[in-house]
Amino acid sequence: MAGPSGTTLALDGDGLETVIAAVRQRGYTVIAPTVRDGAVAYEPITSAAALPRGVGDEQGPARYRLRERDDDALFGFAAAPSSWKRYLYPPATTLWRARRDEHGTLLFDESAAAVPRYAFLGVRACELAAILVHDRVFAGAAHPDPTYAARRRELFIIAVHCGSPSGVCFCTSMGTGPRAREGFDLGITELLDTATPRYIVEAGSPAGLELLESLAASPATVQDLEAAQAVTDVATEHMGRHLETGGLPEMLQRNLEHPQWDDVAARCLSCGNCTMACPTCFCSDDVEAQAPDGETSARVREWASCFSHDFSYIHGGTVRETVRSRYRQWMTHKLGTWWEQFGTSGCVGCGRCIAWCPVGIDITEEAAAIRASDGRGRGSA
Amino acid sequence: MTPVSHRVVGRRVETADVVTLQLEATDGSRLRYAAGQFNMLYAYAVGEVAISISANPLGGGPIAHTVRNVGSVSRALCGLQIGDTLGLRGPFGSDWGLDSAAGGDLVIVAGGIGLAPLRSVITQVIAERDRFGTVEIVIGTRTPEELAFKAEVESWRARSDLSVHVTVDRATPGWRGTVGVVTTVLPRVHCDPAAIALVCGPEVMMRFTALALMERGMPASRIRVSMERNMQCAIAQCGHCQLGSVFVCADGPVFTWERLEPLLAVRQL
Ligand code: SF4
Ligand code: SF4
Ligand code: FES
Repeated sequence: MAGPSGTTLALDGDGLETVIAAVRQRGYTVIAPTVRDGAVAYEPITSAAALPRGVGDEQGPARYRLRERDDDALFGFAAAPSSWKRYLYPPATTLWRARRDEHGTLLFDESAAAVPRYAFLGVRACELAAILVHDRVFAGAAHPDPTYAARRRELFIIAVHCGSPSGVCFCTSMGTGPRAREGFDLGITELLDTATPRYIVEAGSPAGLELLESLAASPATVQDLEAAQAVTDVATEHMGRHLETGGLPEMLQRNLEHPQWDDVAARCLSCGNCTMACPTCFCSDDVEAQAPDGETSARVREWASCFSHDFSYIHGGTVRETVRSRYRQWMTHKLGTWWEQFGTSGCVGCGRCIAWCPVGIDITEEAAAIRASDGRGRGSA
Repeated sequence: MTPVSHRVVGRRVETADVVTLQLEATDGSRLRYAAGQFNMLYAYAVGEVAISISANPLGGGPIAHTVRNVGSVSRALCGLQIGDTLGLRGPFGSDWGLDSAAGGDLVIVAGGIGLAPLRSVITQVIAERDRFGTVEIVIGTRTPEELAFKAEVESWRARSDLSVHVTVDRATPGWRGTVGVVTTVLPRVHCDPAAIALVCGPEVMMRFTALALMERGMPASRIRVSMERNMQCAIAQCGHCQLGSVFVCADGPVFTWERLEPLLAVRQL
């Protein structure tokens, strides 16, 4: 329960405000959940007043709604539609610029954008796991991505352990939540057992500890710690979805020709919403952006989706011509081949792809349907 | 990864739609690479494309890329003239692993523009001819006019320490050589099961070549092929080149047939 320090504080709502102030004082831009256009969005905030008070959510296949809670919870909802990935891996990033010198010789300038210092407040366990996945993809690579690596280095993470999982959550299946175990600077559990919420705050890193020790607050009692543990214990019992992960990569691998792929292909619109919403999907296009004056041209990396028809285009045609093959690519990557590539699952169980699929395709159901008739689609790979 | 500016110091028109560019870095730096690797070449304001290196890695001269005009970037690259500059980042990917083949025989099979990355290996083998046993080279093109590196192929043919077979799918007037796809030539080629085969060409050509070599007794583990996939980042981050669990840009482009065959057996993987 306690961080490596053993220091855990119990704060009230005002105490949470002092945490935000202390983080801001250290030069961070705080990004946190707030309500925008009928959904929770992770946006810059300057005060706890911007947090969604008394707001819950209802999520299901192709369904997301906010609801009013009967308490003053500030973190009474599950994963928000848009994940944190856009802050560390922006939807468009200039990689480098090309220009010509007076002799017409091409010159290249590395893009040198200022590095924002973000503090993410309200990172869920599954979302933290997704950041750790991207660490492997972008920072642990042979050629680390400079934008990601620089932003990540500056990042301060305040995790909030989950008390209100939604109908599409399955972090327990993926072993990622509902309690964040590693990778955060501060970890918060919101306790709703009193008239106004209380916050049990633990340190998970030296930077987190330094911040905690700067606060004038009372340490959490043994009862507080037990209550905090109970919050996530209860959440574990309220997962909206379940995914059987035993032998999953091998199971998919031997079912690459399973009829279920045709079944899902008949429903899938190949819109790519799932890939945009997913906190671990990392595919991108490199596109050319010539400056209007024609003097320079930039190479820009933009989010892309393996669902687009030309994603696998090579001279002579598209490799994954059918929706069947594209859905199969996406799902077997998330749940299967990711392991071989990055030593981890590509799915953290946040459920976003289920809620944001316009036709309600559910990755857990598709995997279960294949498993239910395991072997009907033997592939040789 | 930011490109390095390179100047075109040599340009040779190979066929109607293929050009070989010789390149030198404008900052005087020298690229170290192995035969089989590729670079991302950038044409100003158009974009980047993955092109394998066609020069001898031990040659010490300019780096060479042989480009076929099949899209907007390759068209722009083919249009570059001596003195023009382009961007180059690399080298990327796996190589033909020539060192592990030393001491044994080589069977080199090229289809069409697939000869480009193999020219890199052939020129290196010629430079270090003593390190290898027999060297069989099979080159297939659609028509005689589509054969790249014509003069060089002639010089290879003239050597007694190489056995070179050129075949065309379709003869045109004046062609007196073999007609037929590369696999029609393979039965005539000296092919020891302990040899290493290096194969590059269209996917279907590589499949049939691998099958034919296996019929000749070569194990799939000794057959190496070079794959083409959509490549954009070249550093295993954009996702475009994935083939099953493989990133063709970083794990390939050269794979053993043993590794690749099961992946290619699944349609649209
Ligand atoms: S695949 Fe779906 S459930 Fe898994 S991490 Fe991505 S969006 Fe979340
Ligand atoms: S699974 Fe759903 S969200 Fe994903 S591409 Fe298909 S229709 Fe779109
Ligand atoms: S080219 Fe981008 S992942 Fe291979």
